Amino acid sequence: MKPPLRYWIWVLAVYGASLAIVGALGAAIAFGLPPDDGDTLARIVAARSPLLVAAAGLLLALCAGAVSWLFTNYHYAARLLAEQTEVVLKANPNHLVSVEAGPEMVELAKAINRIAEGMRGLQQDLELRSAQARSHVEEERNRLAALMSELTQGVMVCNAEGRILLYNERARALFLRVASESAPLGLGRSIFALLDRGQVTHALDKLRHSLEQGITQPLTRFVASVSGGAVLRIQVAPFLSSGSRLAGLVFMLEDVTGSLGDEHRRLSLLLALARDARAPVANIRAAAENLVQYPEMDSGGRARFVEVVAEEARALSDTLNAALREHALAFKASVALEDMRANDLVSVARRAIEGAAAIETAGEVEGDDLWVRVDSYALVRALTYLAAQLRGAHGVRAVRFRVEAAANFTAIDMLWNGAALAVETLAAWESLPMTVGGDEAPITLKDVLEQHGAELWCEEKAESARLRFLLPSGEPVPAIEERAAHGEDRPEYYDFDLFERRGVEARFEDRPLAQLNYTAFDTETTGLEPSAGDEIISIGAVRIVNGRLLKHEVFERLVDPGRPLKPESARIHGIEAAALEGQPTIEQVLPLFHRFCEDTVLVAHNAAFDMRFLELKEQASRVRFAQPVLDTLLLASIAQPGIPSRTLEAIAERLGVRVIGRHTALGDALVTGEIFLRLLPLLAGLGIVTLGQALDASRKTYQARLKY
Amino acid sequence: MAKKVLIADDEQNIVISLEFLLKREGFEVIVAGDGEAALQMIAEHRPDLVLLDVMMPKRNGYEVCQQIRANSALKGVKVIMLTAKGREIEVAKGMALGADAYVTKPFSTKDLVAEAKRMLGVT
Repeated sequence: MKPPLRYWIWVLAVYGASLAIVGALGAAIAFGLPPDDGDTLARIVAARSPLLVAAAGLLLALCAGAVSWLFTNYHYAARLLAEQTEVVLKANPNHLVSVEAGPEMVELAKAINRIAEGMRGLQQDLELRSAQARSHVEEERNRLAALMSELTQGVMVCNAEGRILLYNERARALFLRVASESAPLGLGRSIFALLDRGQVTHALDKLRHSLEQGITQPLTRFVASVSGGAVLRIQVAPFLSSGSRLAGLVFMLEDVTGSLGDEHRRLSLLLALARDARAPVANIRAAAENLVQYPEMDSGGRARFVEVVAEEARALSDTLNAALREHALAFKASVALEDMRANDLVSVARRAIEGAAAIETAGEVEGDDLWVRVDSYALVRALTYLAAQLRGAHGVRAVRFRVEAAANFTAIDMLWNGAALAVETLAAWESLPMTVGGDEAPITLKDVLEQHGAELWCEEKAESARLRFLLPSGEPVPAIEERAAHGEDRPEYYDFDLFERRGVEARFEDRPLAQLNYTAFDTETTGLEPSAGDEIISIGAVRIVNGRLLKHEVFERLVDPGRPLKPESARIHGIEAAALEGQPTIEQVLPLFHRFCEDTVLVAHNAAFDMRFLELKEQASRVRFAQPVLDTLLLASIAQPGIPSRTLEAIAERLGVRVIGRHTALGDALVTGEIFLRLLPLLAGLGIVTLGQALDASRKTYQARLKY
Repeated sequence: MAKKVLIADDEQNIVISLEFLLKREGFEVIVAGDGEAALQMIAEHRPDLVLLDVMMPKRNGYEVCQQIRANSALKGVKVIMLTAKGREIEVAKGMALGADAYVTKPFSTKDLVAEAKRMLGVT
């Protein structure tokens, strides 16, 4: 380290003072001596001048040494201690301060650690108490979150500005399915990226109007088609603040793409039949009427009319068959039917039968991928009714279920040991109201079969009898994808503090750091030289909203670099070349990432490196990352100049950030985000509060001038 | 000896055509107007082939078919089911219950007769 100016000033001051004292002493000794003695003294001094010069030099060295010793052992040590104490106070209470310096300073460090320990005790106590107080509120919120996640409807809540405050898993899955894969449904994001602005504001206007009219619980609906061609039916209700002002909107979403499609198919069938049947029917009718009306007609004329009838009848048959074939799907019953796993249906039915009909049941699982389209309540009721009838009329005490695929349908079989039902018995059962115990349902088995477009019959198979329900197969319902949770906490699907975030339209730069939304990201690359053709092979990112790292709103993509990996780089990131083959290219991934981080400030460790890679791809991928960028490396060196190393690990350790999954893009992005959040209070202590100030300070630090 | 065919259908207008055509092709034809009558006539006359409409009064075609298959004495009887509904799931049920063929209305009478002849081994 270069000794600072302050050091030299001190050395000169001490040296000057010492010289002055010696000079003054000499002057005092020489003052008032008799002239002879004075001359003698002057002679002696002159004769010994080399000695004096040597003494002066020695004194200088002594001064420099003494000051240097003092600086190292006390001055610098004090500054290091102060810096570390700041960390203990603001970022990492578990950090132990330490210096290698004078014994007093070491003692001081120990004293600081003891105080810190006391502080930690107090803090823990305080945290315990506030945690108790908070847990109640938290419990309420969790209950709400749990409720939301159980709903089969998608739910989103946004504030009056259209920023999303809450969404449930179903809504996320819905947008993930219907929109592009980087569907930007996330806390603090704009709802207008998902839904048409005009439709939303129209709904908002209608709700406002209703509220003004004094309607207390207004509701409005609209149907929106979203990207990907999906159609959502959306209900919107207002969310009122304490002053009955409109504070936000609640959206309930339902994917009706499928049922609209069925509706459309039915309509097309009807139109096709009406259009194509008219002409042939008219021709047949005219010809037939002529034949009937004029029996005296000669045989030549008669034959012509008969030929017309035959030809048109044939054409009509063909038309009908073609239309019905083409629109076969229109016959799939859909209203009030849901797709369900056949095995799930059977287990529900077994419980119902054991409870209501007191019959033992067993099930043979055939395959878990058979789906049926059913009104599960009605069908379970039908199965229960049949089981009860079997017991009542034939003394059947146990039934088995089997599910199997049968051509294009799914068969649910109920089997028992004994004879098959007589055809007329089953026919009679079909038209009776379905009674189980004393409980009579208003519908018959026949109704249920018709509603499902299903068929039922009874037959004998290998020593036992079986009732076979043949049902139209259903579409598998995509399961909600389980997100890999980073850490053990619950998903963060809501943030009501965003309610408060109204009217922050000040310039980016003037806004407090604590209020901004960020995307912390990291890239892994084939090497260190983008200008020499090195490429990105993965991007990981996480969002920071309202000072919280949203570990469930992450972006993670592998990228095919289109060039071989260097073995030495594979050692760092552990990504094998094979894993990258067939992955999307950077030109495909960057627009997705651009959408993910839009409206946020970018945060990266050693950001210049990552930004250089992004900039080089701007043209090819047609996206520009124009938002402000903050660098945790620079910010750390501003807040903590005393940290010996600038690596992500060293900074993470100093600030008490647990490092997991290092050297994966997402792992590093998460660590970077945590570090950034810990740096904010330290920066605030230095007066760096707004984004503009943070950018200025970053610019001034030396590393910012490094070029890659 | 002429093969015997039972037409079981309650729609007179199709019966007229089928009866006419089958007789011309040399079959002996009997007709039943509903499911009960069909079962009776099958027991009585032992036809070689039954043209069986699904939607009939009293007993529907499935029931009749199932009764035929349940009776081992009627093993050799062929069954062609006719239906106006023609949904695939009904075809599946008919075949499962032992029908030998399934024909959806409207159909070509010529084709139907050809199928009947093939089934009975008549040329």
